[in-house]
Amino acid sequence: MAGQTLYDKLWQDHLVKSREDGTALIYIDRHLIHEVTSPQAFEGLRLAGRKLWRGDSLVATPDHNVPSEAAERAAGVAGIRDEIARIQVQTLDENCRDFDVVQFGINEPGQGIVHVIGPETGATLPGMTVVCGDSHTSTHGALGALAHGIGTSEVEHVMATQCLIQKKMKNMLVRVDGELGAGVTAKDVVLAIIGKIGTAGGTGYAIEFGGEVMRKLSMEGRMTVCNMAIEAGARAGMVAVDQITLDYVKNKPYAPKGAQWEAAVENWSRLHSDDDAVFDAVVELRGEEIEPQVSWGTSPEMVAPVSALVPNPADESDATRRAGIERALEYMGLKADQKITDIKLDRVFIGSCTNSRIEDLRAAAAVARGRSKADSVKQVLVVPGSQSVKAQAEKEGLHEIFIEAGFEWREPSCSMCLAMNADKLGAGEHCASTSNRNFEGRQGYGGRTHLVSPSMAAAAAIAGTFVDVREFDSQRETA
Amino acid sequence: MKAFTQHKGLAAPMDRANVDTDLIIPKQFLKSIKRTGFGPNLFDELRYLDEGQPGQDCSNRPLNPEFALNYPRYQGASVLLARENFGCGSSREHAPWALDDFGFRAVIAPSFADIFFNNCFKNGLLPIVLDEAVVNQLFDEMYAQEGYALTIDLEKQQIVKPGGESIDFEVDAFRKHCLLNGLDDIGLTLEDADDIRAYEAQRREQAPWLFDAVK
Repeated sequence: MAGQTLYDKLWQDHLVKSREDGTALIYIDRHLIHEVTSPQAFEGLRLAGRKLWRGDSLVATPDHNVPSEAAERAAGVAGIRDEIARIQVQTLDENCRDFDVVQFGINEPGQGIVHVIGPETGATLPGMTVVCGDSHTSTHGALGALAHGIGTSEVEHVMATQCLIQKKMKNMLVRVDGELGAGVTAKDVVLAIIGKIGTAGGTGYAIEFGGEVMRKLSMEGRMTVCNMAIEAGARAGMVAVDQITLDYVKNKPYAPKGAQWEAAVENWSRLHSDDDAVFDAVVELRGEEIEPQVSWGTSPEMVAPVSALVPNPADESDATRRAGIERALEYMGLKADQKITDIKLDRVFIGSCTNSRIEDLRAAAAVARGRSKADSVKQVLVVPGSQSVKAQAEKEGLHEIFIEAGFEWREPSCSMCLAMNADKLGAGEHCASTSNRNFEGRQGYGGRTHLVSPSMAAAAAIAGTFVDVREFDSQRETA
Repeated sequence: MKAFTQHKGLAAPMDRANVDTDLIIPKQFLKSIKRTGFGPNLFDELRYLDEGQPGQDCSNRPLNPEFALNYPRYQGASVLLARENFGCGSSREHAPWALDDFGFRAVIAPSFADIFFNNCFKNGLLPIVLDEAVVNQLFDEMYAQEGYALTIDLEKQQIVKPGGESIDFEVDAFRKHCLLNGLDDIGLTLEDADDIRAYEAQRREQAPWLFDAVK
């Protein structure tokens, strides 16, 4: 019999029951909730007179709708100016109280973007099944967990039964071998992967990210890659457990301790694909060939190396794809064959569940240190992913570097990634953003998003246009 | 859940690939704590010429005359013809809620994003995958013939075109069963409560740290 993939093992470990109709009941260990996709699920439970199956599997925090601006944030939930947003956050408070669910409230130390606080507190662990009513739940797969986003009906289903009804996905291995060049980051790796396989390339698959490059990435970097598995169409992305994983998890507040830790490590040592495991699809990339990436269009697959030109629709033979490129260029206000480095930025956003961890802020600060944002750039937002990341960054003095560069240092929230709070783009504005989606209107009505890494975003903030951060940093060394 | 057995309805186009859930229902409407009322804001940024706000009366907003769903010939449509990777992006169930609230009962496309596809079935909205060539032909016929209506029979797994010609489609047996009978799948899963408890007890032995409470 062929060996098992990491996904096969995680699936088997959580299989409650295979049913005759081909579906399976999969047990869920950790259920993260936030204010946007949970209210209708709690309402459903109330209407049906149902209880939570295992209330201590839930962890809640408000992130999507909370203000990032310090003055508005200081007054807590009652201070949220947008009434509809305030009601939604209050509803989360009420539901957590009524159903006795642990919540890291708006200004409590544990609060943050749900996909940042899970791993950093140890609330999400290797070997777990993790779900959340949010597609970027794939992030937690970096720990060697089976983690994916679900809709609100499934949120209610997990609340009431601790299980999901699923069909097993297919296995895909994305292997990135070789070595990354200086200035090339996890974000560039995942954008290059999406550029190669497309936004539907992973549909129906669970993706395991492997190879020398993935093995060398930090946990933060692995989270960035797994976070965007959904942008390649895959609900779940994951990375095998290794020493880097264990070093990261050890001593996290809710990680097992003492003898439990030893038992857990023993259990987790099998969380990798067997050498003879069979994947339904294998995609290979070379690290040396990956340049810093910039998205030019309105889908994450519309991405190019910073040295490239914006594509010309005339070069595309498929009619639907050609129309897509033409529509994207029109929306983005770009011309075919123009240089990526000629794109001028109006705003810059450094944050989101993709790139708001301490390593991301360090990378952006390293570029911003001693420099100032371009006058033509109206605003540069730096939004840490959690209260804990914010505290660590302030301890390291990163916030001072940002403030001196004319960037704004904000409170933990999803912020301009999806612009549900007050942080948004104006119509026609171009934004260098470390977030995950460049869809039309995503960061504000008529806004134009370019997805980049934190160091590329900081460099763009200073130059006012996209620049190759590798050259930008070497300029400083010679100056 | 609303049952789906047979439906006959006017077809309308969403003629672009990779329609994401932000496009189906923009984020400002996700602040609602309800499941209903999203229909007037379906495809909001394409449908209207101004920026929509939650709670707003949409009846006086300027409509985009170039957006197909605003054409007189597609008024009352309940079957949406779409292109590849429909529903990609966020997991927001507000997307199928908005399609349902608008009046759509089925979406036909060459492919769907996984989470959206799954969410549809939970809301009595039938997503149907057909070969790209077949979808292309449906688009061509719909554009050529005003009043182009399709009859969808879930029991027979068949779409019948206006001329009487039929197209077979695949659907997962469990989902079909739930949809035909309007079944609540939480109730079905709870029938297996003993199996869930047995799994839990054994798992608690093997990996007790998974059951430690947070905070």
